[in-house]
Order: sequence, then C-alpha cells, then structure tokens
Amino acid sequence: MRKNSIISSRTFKVALLGNPNSGKSTLFNALTGMNQHTGNYPGVTVEKISGGFVLQDGLNEAPLLVNLLDLPGTYSLYPKTLDEEVCYNVLCDDDNPDCPDAAIIVADATNLRRNLFLASQIIDIGIPSIFVLNMIDFASAKGLSIDEDKLSHLLGVPVVSTNARRKTGIDALKKILATELKRSEKTLLNVKEFINPYLIDEVKKIYPKKTDYGVYQAINNQAGISHFEAPSEKAAELKRLIKEYGYDKHKAQTSMTIERYKIITEIVKECVSVNEEQKRKSFSARIDKALTHRVWGYFIFLLILFLIFQSIFFIAPYPMKAIEFLFVKISELGRIYLPSGELSSLLINGILAGLSGVVVFVPQIALLFAFIAILEDTGYMARVSFLMDRLMRPVGLNGRSVIPLMSGVACAVPAILGTRVIPGRKERLITILVTPFMSCSARLPVYTLLISLVIPAKLALGYFNMQGLVLMGLYLLGFIAAISVAALLKFLIRVKEKSYFVMEMPLYHLPKLSVVGLSVYQKVKVFLLEAGKIIVIISIILWFMASHGMPGAFSRIDKNFANGDTVKKYTPAQLNNLISGEKLKASFAGDAGRLLEPVIKPLGFNWKIGIALITSFAAREVFVGTMATLYSADNEDNTMSIRQKMAAAADPLTGKKIYTAAAGISLMLFYAFAMQCMSTLAVVYHETKKLKYPVLQFVFMGALAWLASFAAYQLLK
Amino acid sequence: MIITLDKLKKGESGVIVSLTEGEQALKFMEMGCTPGEEVTLDSIAPLGDPIAVLVSGYKLILRRTEAALINVELINER
Repeated sequence: MRKNSIISSRTFKVALLGNPNSGKSTLFNALTGMNQHTGNYPGVTVEKISGGFVLQDGLNEAPLLVNLLDLPGTYSLYPKTLDEEVCYNVLCDDDNPDCPDAAIIVADATNLRRNLFLASQIIDIGIPSIFVLNMIDFASAKGLSIDEDKLSHLLGVPVVSTNARRKTGIDALKKILATELKRSEKTLLNVKEFINPYLIDEVKKIYPKKTDYGVYQAINNQAGISHFEAPSEKAAELKRLIKEYGYDKHKAQTSMTIERYKIITEIVKECVSVNEEQKRKSFSARIDKALTHRVWGYFIFLLILFLIFQSIFFIAPYPMKAIEFLFVKISELGRIYLPSGELSSLLINGILAGLSGVVVFVPQIALLFAFIAILEDTGYMARVSFLMDRLMRPVGLNGRSVIPLMSGVACAVPAILGTRVIPGRKERLITILVTPFMSCSARLPVYTLLISLVIPAKLALGYFNMQGLVLMGLYLLGFIAAISVAALLKFLIRVKEKSYFVMEMPLYHLPKLSVVGLSVYQKVKVFLLEAGKIIVIISIILWFMASHGMPGAFSRIDKNFANGDTVKKYTPAQLNNLISGEKLKASFAGDAGRLLEPVIKPLGFNWKIGIALITSFAAREVFVGTMATLYSADNEDNTMSIRQKMAAAADPLTGKKIYTAAAGISLMLFYAFAMQCMSTLAVVYHETKKLKYPVLQFVFMGALAWLASFAAYQLLK
Repeated sequence: MIITLDKLKKGESGVIVSLTEGEQALKFMEMGCTPGEEVTLDSIAPLGDPIAVLVSGYKLILRRTEAALINVELINER
C-alpha cells in the first residue's frame, strides 16, 4: 500500500516507466547492473523484467533494498495494447502484487511535451514519483535547456537529469529515491471539472485510497474492455455506478486529453528555453537522408538482411557443431561407463538427445537477437517499418514483420521469438503462424537427399542446373506459401485489440553493449527454460516410440540374428546396422508408420516413410538419419550409401520402384508445407500462451502438405 | 485553407484544427497531436506511404489513411 512516508519499510517496490525510446532500458541496466530477472506477467505474453539494488543513504542506518520493475514502454495510461494494459494494471490496481510504492518516470529530455503526458498522469494518480530527464546530452545538442527547479515545482515531484548511457546522474537519482520521495501535494488536472463530481465521490467510497484522478482511471478502464477481466464485488458496484450516472468514456477522455496537453504546453513554455543558434540540422536527419532514401534505403536494408543471414547460416554452424560434438562425446562416455539398460538408454538417447536438441538452437537465437537488439537500440528498426510497411500491408503484416519472417529461412525458432518487436497483436500473430512456411535450414538436408535421388543433374535451358533450380523453387515455394497464408489469415483472424501503425521515429543512437547483451541473455534464458521443457518431454516420447516395441518383438530380432550363419555373413558393424534397422521397423514408431500408411499411400509414401515423418518431429533433418537406419546403410554420414539403397528400394509385391520422381517430389512438397518441428510448436505455444495456435498450425499445415503432395503424386505418377 | 494531414506536401506545415472522432483520434492526441499544434511533413516513404511528420518536437510515422483523420490549417510560407 502507498504511504506518505515509505522509507519506514526495509524493501520497497519501485516501478520504472516511461515512453518507448526514452532510454528506459539503459537506465534500468545502469541502476540494477546484472542483478535482473525475466519472466512473464501471469497469463499474458508480456515480458516481465525486474531487478534489485541496494540504497545506502546515510540518514537511515539500515540499507534499503529496492525491487525495481521495468514496465513496458507506454505513451499514456489509456491502455490499448497488451503491453500498455499490463502497465495500467500494475500501476492502478492496488490489489496487484506488483503495485509499486513509488515510480521512476523516465522522459526523453528532447521531447518533454509528449513525455510529460504519461508522467503527469502518473503523478495525478498519486504514486510518489521521481521525474527523470534522460538523454539530457541530446537535448543540449538540440539547443534545449530545461529549468529543473521550476519543473520540479510545477510538477510537484523531484526532477533529476541523467545520461543513462554515460551513467551520469545515477547517484543523484538514487539519493533522491532514498530521501525525498513523497506523494505529490497537487494534481495537475481537476477531474471534477470533466466528470460528474457525484460519480467521483460515489466511486471513491469503493476505493478510498485513490486520488480523484485514480478514481477516474478506475471508472475509465471499467467502462471499456479488458484482457484481465476480474469480476469482483468492487467491479460490479463500479459498473452499476457507471451505468447509473450515464458516463461517456469517449467524451471524458477527449476533453481531458486536450486539457492535459494545454497544461503541459504551459509547463513546457515556462521551463524550456531554445537556443536557436544551436538548433542546427541534427545528425539523425542527415543519416535518415541515406537510410530512408528510395534507392539507398532498400539497398542498405537488403545489405543488413544479407549480413544477418550470412551470420546465422555461416557463423552459427560452428558453435552448433561444437555443441553437438560435446553432446555426442558425453553420450559416448555414458555408453561406456553407464551400465547398459533401460535407464541408461532413457538418459542417453532420450533426455541427453532432447537437451542437445534444445541447446543447439542457442547460437542461432543469440546471433539473431544480437542483431535485432542492435537494430532496435540504434533506432533503425523504426526506419525498416517506414520503408517496408507499404509492401507488407496487403498481406496483413507490417514493416516490422520483415526481419522475423526472413530469419525463418535459417530457423523458425529464433524467428518466432523475434516477433515480439512487432507492435500490433494481429500482425504479430500472423507472422508467428506463417513463419514456419519459410524454408528453414533443417529442411535443407532432406531436400538435398531427395533432389539427388529423383532430380537428374542435367542442365535446364542450356545453362541452369536442374537440381539447383528445384532447390531454389522449394525456397520460393516456402516464401509464397507464407505470404499467401498471411493474406488469408488477414481475413480470418479477429483480435480484440485495435492495431495502430502510428509510431515514433526515434533519434539514432550508438548501440549499447549492455542493452544488446542483456537482450540476448534474456531471450536465450527464456528459450532454454520455457520452450526447452516441452522439447525435452517430446524427445523422450519420441525416444520411447523408436526404442520400444510390442512385448517380445525386439527379443525375436536379437534371436534371429544370433544364429551362427547370419553372424558369419556380415561384419559386426553391418550386423549392428541390420539389427537396429529391424528393431526400428518393429518399434512403436514402426507401428505408427504402418498405422499411417493408408493415409499417406495416396501421396506415394510407404510405411517406412511414415516412420521418418514421425521421427522428423525431433528436427526435420532426422529424416536422413532415420532413412539410413531403416535401410541399414553402412554409414549414417554417407549420403551416397543411403541414396543407393533408397534408389534400389522397391515394393516387395509389385516390384515397382518406391522413390520415383513423383514420390520424391511429393515428399519434398510434404516437407515444404508440413509442420513437423516440435521445437517450433513449443515456441509458438510459448509465444501465444494458447494451445489452439500450435494445434491449428499443425493441423492446417499438415492438411496443406497432404493436399499438395496428393496433387503432385497423382498428377506425376 | 483547411486540408487533411495526408494532403500536405513535403516540407509544408499546418496547424491541427480538429481530428475526426474515434479511437484513433484519442491515440493521436496522446501522442501529442492536439488541436493548436504545428505539424510539418518531414518525409514520405519511398513507396508513397507511410509518411513521417514533425510534431511536438519529434518525428511521428503514420499511414496515409490515419493521417486523413487529422485536419490542419495550411501555413502559407516558403
């Protein structure tokens, strides 16, 4: 609960809030250092970042522990997006466990007028606050000087100037936090001039601790729609009163917004002086000439995209190989030193394999997020939206969808985690749902194998390699599918939240290492802990299916191969390959493959392909390894060997070849469209917080894959 | 002369006189586009849309359809 003197308690909760691009995160890092926690607000996909630091003020002997909550950036206390609603709920709902004792309001000093809108709302709801003029150096460069004392007097709260990037002013801020905090004596806006004073007084009986403006906010939010509908007695009473007094939300909000800006304009006039001489053409304006140029702008953007791809495609594989190598070594050691048996198999082939499948994504995620954080932190991301919005709009996406969508070419997992930069909920959802169509790097080994199997290495039109053309066609197909499905979803998806494109084009900044590093760290951590859980569980299920069969099935195979003649015919390695191939066929995965056969027969697939479709769930490239096991290829890494065996494979009854051009193309189309990746499904669930989206995605993409393969096979066979 | 914001030419300025009522108008106002404020068309995206305007001391990007909701009195200079 808020008190007039808050210093009495040993720990206290402080909220850090402000407009987007006000340098809030940098200030947060400067205050808390590495002592940070990330999580989610219950039930919603808004990231919750908090941190702690200790205040030693000298006046109080006991050190004060501050729990600082970094709220999402917002322009006002009128929530329109999920982010803003979280912010509103934390600040205005006294029952919220995160409800702060005090607030640090961060403002971009170059843009005092707009930043004061939110700040004055916070002051009016009666939270003891400090007003921080951040980026004060940019303001000076623009020729602005701000009279802090006068501002503090007019706002009724302490004011401090900081440059969070250089860490100046941080000590002053901490000192004020420890000593001077109190609830503002005055309110800037008199609510009773705009709303029936009797209504305010009646509602105040329900919420006695709120200020008049706090009461107005409660009324205003109740009159609208909410994502966090919490039907309580208080809320019911509030609803009744609102109805009784015929409260007009829209009218009240409009008149109060205009009045508030009038007051703010006066404050700015009194406190800010502009030195016209220094008001030269800014650095940002000059950079924008190039970066949003109609030729150079796109050229530079393509160049940046190219750079991101290159690094994800060509740099990430090195650490990824190292991680895989490490896990292979650990499981080898495990095989040597652990007693053979069920538990060891679960540990090595189930859990360890699952963990490896999770950790292996880390390099890609880290790289992509480093790039995204740099683009955001410099202010370039807003320019990308400006350039690309018109192109993406017809298919229901917006300018910020471009980078996540394109990085889907490397891997859908980091791409979907990256959709948080997309402002509108609908646009973000569409991007999440269509990104898996983009041809990811795990599909490449599958395509390579199948292309070499069924597409002749001839030249088409005299110049072009047929195999290369088919591969390019598959990538193009993925892109076209993503765009077309997005266009379809544009009409199908309805969200409560209205989406606005309106956004600020911030000044350019040099990227800050601590901001980039923390963003990478947070994303990786969330992925490992949240999506990782689901991936490991599914891995264990897959392991069980592939390594267990109906009672007696496996021991029969062991017995069959144990007789002397068979043993003599093969080398031990060949024998091993044969046995594991037979066992996979007899396993539950094999049974599932046979169960699938009637469904996939019209696509030209037999039950062996059915098994591979199931095991591919761990990652699409597992297709290759499964084929190797099924056909008992001599060496898993030897594509030639698998290819020869697959090429020779024929139906035992009819003697017809299985991997014909028709079946091969059908299979490639299946891999192009089907949602066969548990990691992606896990991340989609994590990012949407609803089971229906991954399920829908799985069903829809599966159906599309089936239809495409069916059409291709039936036409070509 | 009163025109809608999307009709401004590059470099031209106007003073906001009114906004077409609705949820969007409220959003624009809280972003600082209140009646009486001066807006200048700073730049137009290469494909003609969205546009960037200078208002209240910063640069705001909005789509043309959104800008059409803001009515401005054209300032005759330059």
